[in-house]
Amino acid sequence: MSHKLDFEKPIFELEEKIQGLRQFAEDNDLDLSAEVRKLEDKVSELRRETFSGLSAWDCVRLARHPGRPTTLDFIDGIFDDFMELKGDRAYSDDPAMVGGLALLDGVPVTVLGHQKGRDTLENIRRNFGMPHPEGYRKALRLMQQAEKFGRPVVTFIDTAGAYCGLGAEERGQGHAIASNLIAMAGLKVPVISVVIGEGGSGGALGIGVADRVAMLSSAVYSVISPEGLSSILWKDATKASEAAAVMKMTARDIEALGVIDAIIEEPLGGAHRHQAETVEAAGKWIKQTLGELRAMPLETLLEARYDKYRGMGQYEG
Amino acid sequence: MKLDFLKRKKWVRLELSNQDVKEAAALREAAGLKQSLSTPAVKPEVNSGEVKTAQNVTAAPKAPGPDEAACPGCGAIHSKQRWERSFKVCDQCGKHGRINSKERVAHLVDQGTFSPIAKEVTSIDPLAFPGYKEKLDKAMIQSEAGDAVLTVTGRINGIPAALFIMEPDFMMGSLGSAAGERITRLIETAIENRLPVIGFCASGGARMQEGILSLMQMAKTSAALGRLSAEGLPYIAVLTDPTTGGVTASYAMLGDVILAEPGALIGFAGQRVIEQTIRQSLPDGFQRAEFLVEKGFVDRIVHRAEMKAVLAKLLRLHGFAPALAEAAATVSATTTDTAVNLQGGEAHVS
Ligand SMILES: [Zn+2]
Repeated sequence: MSHKLDFEKPIFELEEKIQGLRQFAEDNDLDLSAEVRKLEDKVSELRRETFSGLSAWDCVRLARHPGRPTTLDFIDGIFDDFMELKGDRAYSDDPAMVGGLALLDGVPVTVLGHQKGRDTLENIRRNFGMPHPEGYRKALRLMQQAEKFGRPVVTFIDTAGAYCGLGAEERGQGHAIASNLIAMAGLKVPVISVVIGEGGSGGALGIGVADRVAMLSSAVYSVISPEGLSSILWKDATKASEAAAVMKMTARDIEALGVIDAIIEEPLGGAHRHQAETVEAAGKWIKQTLGELRAMPLETLLEARYDKYRGMGQYEG
Repeated sequence: MKLDFLKRKKWVRLELSNQDVKEAAALREAAGLKQSLSTPAVKPEVNSGEVKTAQNVTAAPKAPGPDEAACPGCGAIHSKQRWERSFKVCDQCGKHGRINSKERVAHLVDQGTFSPIAKEVTSIDPLAFPGYKEKLDKAMIQSEAGDAVLTVTGRINGIPAALFIMEPDFMMGSLGSAAGERITRLIETAIENRLPVIGFCASGGARMQEGILSLMQMAKTSAALGRLSAEGLPYIAVLTDPTTGGVTASYAMLGDVILAEPGALIGFAGQRVIEQTIRQSLPDGFQRAEFLVEKGFVDRIVHRAEMKAVLAKLLRLHGFAPALAEAAATVSATTTDTAVNLQGGEAHVS
């Protein structure tokens, strides 16, 4: 992985040292296994230390890491027989949002999410995972289809935000997101969301109103980007790391505020270095949660979903 | 529920009532407007979305005297009394100045029929966010609304309704936990009492000092509107200057009918953010109310002087009618014309 974060560097260095030692032992036919084991213990200790003490800004950078598994990686790893469906039936298809049909343990589900590119070219094609209104309208179309056929909905959230451009405004970005909020609040099938990377404001919430919401342990979720907050609040976009801290946007913070239901732990070292294990952990939570939700009578489910959002917020009176 | 609706249906009148016409005429006069109610769609040349800035006004702007107010659009000087009486609409350029929730209630709700809902709900500082408490204290002094939205029940030309009116003087009408709770309680009150909901939006967006909790108010209020909708009760959204960010991406855009004041800035993203994203300046009139009508996101633009009459008409078109007993009493004290209408209505029901 070429993209190294500063706090990862000591880990990478130690790992390289171990690798070098192993190579040396092999080349010279020596037994250095005791030394290697000692260093391996040291590196696991270092990983534990580093990843238990991540700052909010460290999480932001992990959440944006280009090596993290994307929505399509989660779909491929967790579901069977995925078939992508495209288009909002009104204007166009938006590659920043993907979705379709799949089987989960043999049960048909509708699955969708923001899709970032896995390289520069794909990122350009997918607008860096920032949907236009047609992305949200495609998502709505797929969710209403799910409701019609009684399929549960699983969504993956990973966007810096809904796109801010001329066309997006002309075609009603606000309207598209608002329509999803009201539709998801009343959708007559179980809905599950997982924030897998960046949960950027209304663009994230636009597919994030659900019976159960989880975040990966180094994912983030916020009302505005830390850069945006910093430039509005302090007229200085370089104080983003401070802004990330005061905004309380890490998975632990968001859980403490009662906005999500679970945290899915990434392996030590982060999702970008352990893609398969991360996908597996998310799959396990989704399957278990969906089992619980499918056992609930629809009326109870809808009542509980309403009550959950009804109770959000802190105020006096 | 169905029966109630049928009963109400007999009350539907497709034209503006005499009272509406009189009130609108008085307001128009106060605003110095010559337009007639027969053309409720405001002519674009009178009220174009383009806001004249100091630069494109030929005469150098004069400073207003102590009893005067300068139009924020064209800089024309009005006497303070006239400016207040016209609800801050300029008779020179048609600019709708920003008015606070208290002024809005005085303009819209029948005198003596207004009662606040959830006034006790106020903001706290859940994230211990730097400087937020001080900002709240300041806002509490600047505005009597108590938070970024005033929620009331009251009558509009005799018709009972639930209203929320966002307060630009309270932290730019930003949506936080307290405002979300107030709006949700108002919607629930409307469901309980089978009232239509009218929401005046004016907001800079979600209140970032409350972090993710402010974002969740979008989901919370939308869920409540979903319930209102399932009950067959109408929600009329009125977008005023400015309606942006999280409010646009939730209840502002969820009205069964969406009205807007002339020239109001309405959009999801802020103009500066868009300019930074696309690296070019925005076309004239972009994100103004007239632009949204053209693009199909707003039903119609309503001049402030005609707002009350149009709302009353919309409510009647949804089968709502003036409240019976008390309304008859109020009306007999005002105009005989409406009293006749009401008696006619009463005869239908009995
Ligand atoms: Zn003017």
